[in-house]
Amino acid sequence: MTTKVVTVTSGKGGVGKTTAVANIAVGLAQLGQRVVCIDGDIGLRNLDVLLGLENRIVYDLVDVVEGRCRIRQAMIRDKRLPELYLIPAAQTRDKSAVSPSDMVNLCNELRSECDWIIIDSPAGIERGFRNSIAPADQVLVMTNPEVSAVRDADRVIGILDAEEKGPVSLIINRINPVMIKRGDMLSVDDVLDLLAIPLIGIIPEDESVIIASNRGTPLAFDNRSKVGLAFINIAKRLMGEEIPVSQMENQGFLQKLFSGRK
Amino acid sequence: MGILNLFTGRKKSAGNAKDRLKLVLIHDRTDLAPGELESLKDELIEVISRYVDIDPSSVTIKLANEGRSQRLIADIPMRTRNNRRR
Repeated sequence: MTTKVVTVTSGKGGVGKTTAVANIAVGLAQLGQRVVCIDGDIGLRNLDVLLGLENRIVYDLVDVVEGRCRIRQAMIRDKRLPELYLIPAAQTRDKSAVSPSDMVNLCNELRSECDWIIIDSPAGIERGFRNSIAPADQVLVMTNPEVSAVRDADRVIGILDAEEKGPVSLIINRINPVMIKRGDMLSVDDVLDLLAIPLIGIIPEDESVIIASNRGTPLAFDNRSKVGLAFINIAKRLMGEEIPVSQMENQGFLQKLFSGRK
Repeated sequence: MGILNLFTGRKKSAGNAKDRLKLVLIHDRTDLAPGELESLKDELIEVISRYVDIDPSSVTIKLANEGRSQRLIADIPMRTRNNRRR
């Protein structure tokens, strides 16, 4: 299999990019894939804490780019899975420490080592975003069903289109079915209608996401978690499996509604 | 909530969001501010009037979208000779 570089981006901050990268990476690794995830948010790294690997950082992305270590030395192995690695971002530097061509070279070097490279893009449309999309073979744009997140996602989709980056697909995060039913939240169809790009997954709003981040254990490790399952489905769709988006995730919503569980 | 809406005739907020986003996205995508569309219309009327007789008040110009592509739609009714003779 040829290695695929997938970048998760959103324009707006706080929509769930890092959570998505952690969970999709875990999902792919659970499917037996060799996965390297890269934190592209230099200066504001967080993928390390969401994966629970923050205490094991020795070298980071900037150390690799500036030649202070070999790429292998900066790859932190997640011991819970056979082949999941993290290359953390530098925390004390800024985005200009790395260039788009550095990222392309780094990913090209990594291609022989793994099946998937998942890049966590920072918010915004500046240098860090440019660095993160430069090596991408595929881009996942993440949004929430809110005006500001949808507007920013549209900007990012426009830039990706102009740069001829793609394929681009959409993840809608933090869906609250009760609010949608009440007519107080944009539905999946509304967002798809506005952004007009293919959908690769929808994630329900759930407090378990915060609990998982507190623990440093992505929900994709828990096969009873609706959120975890939604991310695992995205991993499977990336692998080429055809799983209808509405089916399983929505079933989760209905079960929740009828059982009266929050 | 639903009954309240029925009485007040207030639109559900998701509908507001969608309508507002539709417009915002069209202007973001085309980099054309709402005010600029008005001056575009004025200049268009001026140029066309040089060649044919039109009624400036009935000219409409709007932006529409189809998927991710935008379209500028102008409707410019022309005055016929019969109308002109009046």
